Amino acid sequence: MAKKKFVVGCFDNEDVLFPAVKKVRTTGYKIKDVYTPFPVHGLDHALGMRETSLHTAGFIYGITGTTTALSCISWIFTKDWPLDIGGKPHFALPAWIPIMFELTVLFAAVGMVLTFCYLCQLAPFVKKHHFHLRATDDLFVMVIECTENTNTEDLKAFLTNNGAIETDVQIAEEGWWIGRYDKDEVLFEGATA
Amino acid sequence: MSVKYESQLREPLVYGNKTYHDVTEDIVRPIEAKPSKLWYIGFYISVCLLMFGVYSVYREVTYGIGEWNLNKTIGWGWDITNFVWWVGIGHAGTLISAILLLFRQGWRTGVNRAAEAMTIFAVMCAGQFPIFHMGRVWMAFFVLPYPNSRGPLWVNFNSPLLWDVFAISTYFTVSLLFWYSGLIPDFATVRDRAKTKLRKHLYGIAAFGWTGSTKHWQRHESLSLVLAGLSTPLVLSVHTIVSFDFATSVIPGWHTTIFPPYFVAGAIFSGFAMVQSLMVVVRKVFGLKDYITLGHIEAMNKVIVLTGSIVGIAYLTELFMGWYSQNKYEGYTFWYSRANLFSPYGWSYWGMMACNVLSPQIFWFRKMRRNLFVTFFMSVLVNIGMWFERFVIIVTSIYRDYLPSSWSVYYSPSIWEIGFYLGTFGLFFTCFFLFAKYFPTIAIAEIKYVLKTTGESYKDNMATIEKKQADEFAHEYAH
Repeated sequence: MAKKKFVVGCFDNEDVLFPAVKKVRTTGYKIKDVYTPFPVHGLDHALGMRETSLHTAGFIYGITGTTTALSCISWIFTKDWPLDIGGKPHFALPAWIPIMFELTVLFAAVGMVLTFCYLCQLAPFVKKHHFHLRATDDLFVMVIECTENTNTEDLKAFLTNNGAIETDVQIAEEGWWIGRYDKDEVLFEGATA
Repeated sequence: MSVKYESQLREPLVYGNKTYHDVTEDIVRPIEAKPSKLWYIGFYISVCLLMFGVYSVYREVTYGIGEWNLNKTIGWGWDITNFVWWVGIGHAGTLISAILLLFRQGWRTGVNRAAEAMTIFAVMCAGQFPIFHMGRVWMAFFVLPYPNSRGPLWVNFNSPLLWDVFAISTYFTVSLLFWYSGLIPDFATVRDRAKTKLRKHLYGIAAFGWTGSTKHWQRHESLSLVLAGLSTPLVLSVHTIVSFDFATSVIPGWHTTIFPPYFVAGAIFSGFAMVQSLMVVVRKVFGLKDYITLGHIEAMNKVIVLTGSIVGIAYLTELFMGWYSQNKYEGYTFWYSRANLFSPYGWSYWGMMACNVLSPQIFWFRKMRRNLFVTFFMSVLVNIGMWFERFVIIVTSIYRDYLPSSWSVYYSPSIWEIGFYLGTFGLFFTCFFLFAKYFPTIAIAEIKYVLKTTGESYKDNMATIEKKQADEFAHEYAH
């Protein structure tokens, strides 16, 4: 993991953000991410992201739950210990529907949340670099990755012209690490941007 | 992208001239300020109740369920009544957050967080009753199906009581996940503006390292939508399964096919009433009147009058079937044990009728729906009524069974049975007080998301758009 150099532009209005995103992209800069305080609809498309397949994963987890319930109960009640309940059939599918349904929902929900946390690298004690603290309050923070050819001053001016109220150059660690938010730790000495 | 504005005809969901930052300030303020004296008093009372509950449970575990005045005829008394009552209350949160999300009801954003919290705490309270009703609570793990050294002795998968185990535990888990996944971005908001080290550290842990990345938001939206889709049938299934505990038996008064819809409507009814009781207080104490508006209160009162009337129809249907079936046991249960005011438990039936069916009809009047005193009073009344409903269903159906020699003497609860119930109130309010102090009681990100479309000051923009369009329209079609 290496540190990289980023140009950060902060916007305070999503109506200004959208044209700015478009202009920055058409000019050829690579937007690393836009950090927003709430989900801004359409921003993912404006950034050229593909749709998430999280719901497909959810479907697969759900089906797994259904099969788990059906196979376990039918094996237990017909093979492992066929319990005589008033002479009723051992394979009593209608009576199993509630548990099959519950396990479908349980597997889908738990599986999806875990997948979500895995994909977004979310967990207790995980720490990431925050480009601007107000990104969770009221600012839309656009982060552009620099290459060796990037003229940061030009880029900052370009962002300001497109409505950024604050611009900044930061050298930061891209990924996550285990850490505490009340402590500033120096991760790697010497930037390799 | 142009911002869409909502018609001015709709009431704003957020009052005042707010910016995104104001929303953060307003909602996080109670977390950062020292709690008021009232909070300490309320918290202290709740903890005392909880302690009394713990002692009552200790008595029950030590001496057996004989400590409760249950007897051979009345095997289910206050405990199962309380169980069904709490589970019912636990339905509103998921209903508000899931079903109203799917129906695109914007007003849910103001109340969903607190309602979901309430759901989780109510389900926690509910779970205590069947667990301690087992008597030998240290054997409670017997309800889990796992390969064991007792045969293996499996649980009975055909039994509604086991379905309940699965339903309640799934419901609790899914509600918790739904609630917490919504809380992550808001914890991040609290973390990033925290002034003290401890707060930064603790909210840093709770926020899971959330940054607000666009990709993460995209996945978060997808997750919320699918969890809502899953929770919708789940919330209906849970109380359906609770009603199966009764409906699949052959006891007159329980053996009723309308139980599932009737229980679900009753659950929504009591759940919304509990949300109202809490919201009316929370909006006042934490100064959140701009977010939990009279419009929210009115919308919930409409749900209360609707579900209360559904429940009322169910009561009348039961009475009708008691007569129409010409089954003398059914007739006896419904027309003597319940509807006859002078039978031993007739008072509970008519208490239920008055609280659940008659009194909510007051909400047909708009003035009453928007009156906070009436709302609070009615919400308490509805919850009393819904407790009576479960008491009526359970006790009046079993205190006199087929064999007169085993008819019960008059059942009234022991102090430890009441203490257990009070203890769950203690648990519920202890959790709720902690939640109100340390958690964002309103979903900050969701409010910001709807702010520019439904905020009061932003709605003025709609007037110009609407007017312009009307002028253009008139111009185009003028001859």
